Amino acid sequence: MAYDGNDKVLEEVTGKSYEFGFTTDIESDKAPAGLNEDIIRLISSKKEEPEWMLKWRLEAFAVWKKMEEPDWPHLQYKKPDYQAISYYSAPKQKKQLNSLDEVDPEMRKTMDKLGISMEEQKRLSGVAVDFVMDSVSVATSFKEKLGELGIIFCSMSDAVKEHPELIKKYLGSVVPTKDNFFSALNAAVFTDGSFCYIPKGVRCPMELSTYFRINESGTGQFERTLVVADEASYVSYLEGCTAPQRDENQLHAAVVELVALDEAEIKYSTVQNWYPGDAEGKGGVFNFVTKRGICHRRSKISWTQVETGSAVTWKYPSCILKGDHSVGEFYSVAVTNNAQQADTGTKMIHLGKNTHSTIISKGISAGKSHNSYRGLVQIMPSADNARNFSQCDSLLMTDTSGAHTFPYIEVKNPTAKVEHEATTSKIGEDQIFYCLQRGIDEEQAISLIVNGYAKEVLNQLPMEFAVEAQKLLSISLEGSVG
Amino acid sequence: MVNIKELKASIGETQILKGLNLEIKPGEVHAIMGPNGSGKSTLASVLAGREDYDVTGGSVDFDSRDLLEMDATERARSGLFLAFQYPVEIPGVSNINFMRAAVNGKREHEGLDPIKGKDFLNLVKEKASLVELDGRLRNRSVNEGFSGGEKKRNEIFQMAMLEPRFAVLDETDSGLDIDALRIVANGVNAMRSPDRSFLVITHYQRLLDYIVPDFVHVLVDGKIVLSGDKDLALKLEEKGYDWIKEDVIA
Repeated sequence: MAYDGNDKVLEEVTGKSYEFGFTTDIESDKAPAGLNEDIIRLISSKKEEPEWMLKWRLEAFAVWKKMEEPDWPHLQYKKPDYQAISYYSAPKQKKQLNSLDEVDPEMRKTMDKLGISMEEQKRLSGVAVDFVMDSVSVATSFKEKLGELGIIFCSMSDAVKEHPELIKKYLGSVVPTKDNFFSALNAAVFTDGSFCYIPKGVRCPMELSTYFRINESGTGQFERTLVVADEASYVSYLEGCTAPQRDENQLHAAVVELVALDEAEIKYSTVQNWYPGDAEGKGGVFNFVTKRGICHRRSKISWTQVETGSAVTWKYPSCILKGDHSVGEFYSVAVTNNAQQADTGTKMIHLGKNTHSTIISKGISAGKSHNSYRGLVQIMPSADNARNFSQCDSLLMTDTSGAHTFPYIEVKNPTAKVEHEATTSKIGEDQIFYCLQRGIDEEQAISLIVNGYAKEVLNQLPMEFAVEAQKLLSISLEGSVG
Repeated sequence: MVNIKELKASIGETQILKGLNLEIKPGEVHAIMGPNGSGKSTLASVLAGREDYDVTGGSVDFDSRDLLEMDATERARSGLFLAFQYPVEIPGVSNINFMRAAVNGKREHEGLDPIKGKDFLNLVKEKASLVELDGRLRNRSVNEGFSGGEKKRNEIFQMAMLEPRFAVLDETDSGLDIDALRIVANGVNAMRSPDRSFLVITHYQRLLDYIVPDFVHVLVDGKIVLSGDKDLALKLEEKGYDWIKEDVIA
């Protein structure tokens, strides 16, 4: 664990604002707005956390207080007022609706297009239904099977209580608290998330998806995910849900840490389509996520993401290739439309010998949106024969949208081989007309062209995810050519 | 089948078609020849419904319907096919998937269910053999990395798949060597039938040795100035276009 237990330091940084004491008299399940040590103590106590966890949070808070929100991304937004947010509310209840008729018709239209069943639509939009029993039984049999293999898959809150040795060892080991403004904030106030551990030599027989545990606890604003793949194990992890989710939380600052021990492989796939706000970007989600994995000897981490939602996205899933012969991959499709902004990419840090990384990034900008790729490829002196291939393509759907590429390459070892390719193109009117002339309508034409453009990335997704991601791309870009 | 009357079209401020008349009956093959810049490709684009062009006058009747009222997709689904002079590449979209979308678009228009996988593959096999398009090209991305000849063969393959009522071939012979020309022409000839018409736009007479037209028209400065039978093409090949400008227009 990152926290090294220097009590003296802790006392110094925590002692000051202690004067009001620890207030437990807040009866409501929602903390008052604002962030201070009392709030953190409240979160920790509500979650019945052990003392070491509270210390870790407080230390993170002390670090965060000294940090400033980054302004280097190519993004423009009004910085959130961190003292105006409530950092704890008991397992978030969505507003209960009585029937699907009460659901936003726009949202229903999208769900219909995605081919989501009625039952599922009800679950996603928070309509009270009685099929929960089904879902629980699915989840239960699923858990039994994993249990037989020794795989741990549970909420972060449970993991802190039930598997403290693993959490102490790995939490914050890849994304240290002080890594950045948002990771520090997350460490201080995270409310829940997922923990997954695959024992030595075990190949997880199914895709692990947060879907299976969404009923156990609502995913929060400050999610914390930790996946540990022990030696020679394999896991494919799916994050998110392709259904449109209207979220009341404007700010999301999640942290995801992956640990691939020797010869292990982790495949982490994300499809993100949170509410992007209206055409002017009003009301959309701010998505500030820190995702990073560490690769030990001969291990492999592969990030695949399809990002179509959120008003502002700030996200760089990265790999630290520490072990010799380890492999890092990043496949991304990021779509922005209307007033959306995305600054996303990856970092590949090569430390070990013969380490390989591949970056395939496909940006699609429509409306008056801005889409930036920002990537760092760093070859350290110890990384003999390191190899990187990066390909960053941008597709513009309109004359008013923007695509930007910020590649950073730092090579400190002469044996390295680094390749970077980048293209920017406007969606071809010739291509669209060619489709129209063959009797394909415009909507389908755009869908074909865009999906063809993003194919290399979509091919990396697990099958069922890929189908939905394809539909999602089409929906995000409907009527967007201009 | 197709009746073009006094068709006028412009791009931007420039008028290109200046009152073009042409009637094509079922089963007929018409060739349009003409010097560069006379409006041949504009005619093809206007018929196919490309929005870059403004139609400023005239009418086009297609199977007793007003062609100019339909959008490009509807024209295609109603049986109009354009073999492009420069077929575009669509990376990541396989030829097969592309054709499937096209075939199903047409079937939807005709009130039919989407074609079954097996039937579709059989159809592909049958039609691909017409233009000797091998399996490799069928599964590759649309036109991506195809040679000039392969692109044109792919156009004729698509035409065969969609079985149009009226096909416009826009300089299909450009960039073809003699073998590819023969393959393409054989594909077209195999599709000639009493209820299908062709408009073959070409710069050179050579193609018309293989696809023998019923009528040959000469397009100069946005108008058809001379019409005849296939011998007219030979005369043009021999004498060029200048004599027409002098004799006919003057």
